[in-house]
Amino acid sequence: MSSITELMPFIVLIPLIAGPVCVLLPGRGLPWLLATLAMISAFIISAFVLAAVFDGDTLRYAFGDWPPPVGIEYRVDAANAFVALLITGVSAILLPWGKPLVDDEVPERQGSFYALVLIALAGLLGITLTGDVFNVFVFLEISSLATYGLIAHGRDRRALIAAFRYLIMGTVGATFLLIGIAVLYILTGSLNMLDIAERLPVNEGSRALDVGLGFIVVGLSIKLALFPLHHWLPNAYTYAPSLISALIAATATKVALYVMLRFIFDVFGPAYSFTALPLAAGLMALAIGSMFAGSWLAILQSNLKRMLAYSSVAQVGYMVLGVSLTTVSGLTASFLHLFNHGLMKAALFASAGLMAYRCGGLGMNDLRGIGRQMPWTLTGFALAGVSLIGLPPTAGFISKWYLLTAAVDAGQIWLVGLILITSLMALLYIARVIEIAWMQPRPDDAPAVEEAHWTLLLPVWVLVAANFWFGIDTRLTVGGATRAAEALSSGALP
Amino acid sequence: MTLISMVNYWAVIVLMMTGYYCMIVRGNMIKKVIGLGIFQTSVFILFISAGKVNGGSTPVLRDGVDLYSNPLPHVLILTAIVVGIATTAVALALTVRIREAYGSIDDDDIDAAAEEDDRV
Repeated sequence: MSSITELMPFIVLIPLIAGPVCVLLPGRGLPWLLATLAMISAFIISAFVLAAVFDGDTLRYAFGDWPPPVGIEYRVDAANAFVALLITGVSAILLPWGKPLVDDEVPERQGSFYALVLIALAGLLGITLTGDVFNVFVFLEISSLATYGLIAHGRDRRALIAAFRYLIMGTVGATFLLIGIAVLYILTGSLNMLDIAERLPVNEGSRALDVGLGFIVVGLSIKLALFPLHHWLPNAYTYAPSLISALIAATATKVALYVMLRFIFDVFGPAYSFTALPLAAGLMALAIGSMFAGSWLAILQSNLKRMLAYSSVAQVGYMVLGVSLTTVSGLTASFLHLFNHGLMKAALFASAGLMAYRCGGLGMNDLRGIGRQMPWTLTGFALAGVSLIGLPPTAGFISKWYLLTAAVDAGQIWLVGLILITSLMALLYIARVIEIAWMQPRPDDAPAVEEAHWTLLLPVWVLVAANFWFGIDTRLTVGGATRAAEALSSGALP
Repeated sequence: MTLISMVNYWAVIVLMMTGYYCMIVRGNMIKKVIGLGIFQTSVFILFISAGKVNGGSTPVLRDGVDLYSNPLPHVLILTAIVVGIATTAVALALTVRIREAYGSIDDDDIDAAAEEDDRV
């Protein structure tokens, strides 16, 4: 038990230390090897940490033996450990997959490229594990800055514009969070989450506190790409290198959602958050907006990666919808979808990356008829798509089922219809890709395409298999999500 | 009286709105970055104001002084300033690359060029 507590900070420290070392390594093989080993070891530690906190324990580690609230502490319960497991797991699978694609797309200076990848992941993990609000801001900026750099590595010159606009919006989001943290600090004189929660004058109707909560929710909504603040996301995902699209689609928005929940439920407390501001109604409206706008725009796109990016906006809607029900079962559905969506988006972007690797482009015209040339890739894509739509027996079905149940339990039966309609929209845009790739003939002038190597297919199929595995055996996902929701709400929700 | 005593918070609000306006309205990327800098600085001032104790001296140990301002916000803001510098540096580096790729740093020109790219 105590040895796990000592090991826990290394989930963040391993990638953070391996990052700068990566810069110094020459060539293409060594930086990649170090990055992969770092993420695999972080994954193993997170698995042990989740096992240790699964029964409701909390691990606390005070840095430099300065006890909180003076020092910075990492406090890990089921909610953090669950998100950390997703980040480290997905990146440990995607890094081996991305090696040839990175060789192709970023041929030079791979040492610094992998260093940025590691620092971005270390930042995300730091946000996840820390129990200190200022630490959240610093890690948020660390991971964001690295992500801007990574997006700018895309080969298309529009990647630079996407990175710049993401930088402007992302910094506004992070600065809003800093304003909220400033208000919290002014009111309580503390930066430790637990300490703030005890000291906040939540019963006194302080206007400053309402403003602080508003700034934090809006700032993190930008990072979360909640409609209508999602504007940075489609271009950023579309023009980034394939590995980066897959990595940040599976991790970055999920971490932002987790932090928002941590603030709403643990720092401010649900009793205050949902009465001070019309947060439940507002989040529900924006979530429904996300679901419909994202799905609709995804149907209209002619580029596969952009379509998947808009679909991410729609899926963020489902996660926020669960939160807006303000029940434990809704929160469970949110966490469940947070994890499952990470898996399905990683699989979809990974197979899309293989298509781009072999076809050169991801416009619908490039994809015409490639189903017969790349059957394994396209089958993987189709099966991950089934999970995205939410058909049994996939992980996507489980999370939609819990979301529907939570909506019914909360007495919002009309939401069931909306969830089903947006699922049908997902069916439309996934089926369109399948139709173009399998049913249409390959144009005569199109270059010949061959199936990706099995070493590239294996990680994609591991992710696809995970989607089915967690659709059948839900002990880890549902159990983890339930514990995470219980840890966050700590009995304050119906 | 209260209006004057709150002058630092008014300055924060004015700077914040100036920076934000600059970021949204200006098409020139350098001006956007300047707006970003002003916006961030306003939050730094908000934080530092919070550390001021009425009648308190600078947080340096001296004989005959026993009321100090709170040093913690200064320390935090030192970190935030470093983060701000890093953000500005990345933004300027991206601007240089955009200028190399597009020959312009104006939003309208770049949007036109990007639409050109979309058609190809």
